[in-house]
Amino acid sequence: MLPAVEPWVVLSFSSAIFFIGLFGVLVRRNLLIILMSIELMLNAVNLTYVTFSHQLASMVGQMSVFFIITVAAAESAVGLGLVIALYRTLKTVDTDEITLLKD
Amino acid sequence: MNAISPVAFYAFAGLALAFALLTVLKKNPVASAFSLVMVFFSFAGIYALLGAHLVATLQVLVYAGAIMVLFVFVVMLLNSDAPSFDLRRTPLLFRVAAAVVSLAFVVLFVRVFKNTGSFAPAGAFTREAIDAAGGNTQVIAELMFSEYTLPFELTSVLLLAGIVGAVALAKRHAGVKADERKGSANVASG
Repeated sequence: MLPAVEPWVVLSFSSAIFFIGLFGVLVRRNLLIILMSIELMLNAVNLTYVTFSHQLASMVGQMSVFFIITVAAAESAVGLGLVIALYRTLKTVDTDEITLLKD
Repeated sequence: MNAISPVAFYAFAGLALAFALLTVLKKNPVASAFSLVMVFFSFAGIYALLGAHLVATLQVLVYAGAIMVLFVFVVMLLNSDAPSFDLRRTPLLFRVAAAVVSLAFVVLFVRVFKNTGSFAPAGAFTREAIDAAGGNTQVIAELMFSEYTLPFELTSVLLLAGIVGAVALAKRHAGVKADERKGSANVASG
């Protein structure tokens, strides 16, 4: 029988997910996948909130997660709207080819 | 403070880690999007294990439902479901550096979390107290409409701004192709 999971294990797991998302933002050049990596990072932070809420027997963390989820939904709607507007102008979603301010 | 069931937690955590790596590394954006759905479902399972039932439900409804539909829709709309080799264009040195830095930060965070001592004394919302008060959803609902009313109302303003912003961004601009659309516009308005 495995021992019960300590809160620090959950926190470590969420930090691993956060840095996988950060790695994606750093190395990928496809705007859609960069947005997906940002969603991963947001989820990792949400998990940290919920873990501390569980550990401290407080409701503040879960209330914050509720508002963060709402903001994340608005963020992805606006972000994908930006991607569509960009695609309409440049016919690409690749960050290497988005050089409007350079030339 | 209830213990977290280890078998379920490690299963969900392993799934989430594997699919998060797939999300970041897959060539095909559609494959990335569906890996991300699996990550969201695993996260919902972990929230439920931690006793946050309303958050788990919202995770499935909002993230795995609404946000992912939006992502898949845009991927299909932009016709970019062909494999993209953007990862290979990033310089190898930069890729290695990003991986090393990310890994180093994970190790740092694990050490910090592991060696942090005991936290502040527990608050009022232990699992027994929540069960006595009618469950997780009831407690959150009561808090939301008493203590957190102002943020709740501000959220609705934010969502309205988000809707207006998304429509304004995604709408075809009036100046573009105005000439060729003039005929059909006249028919529509007439």
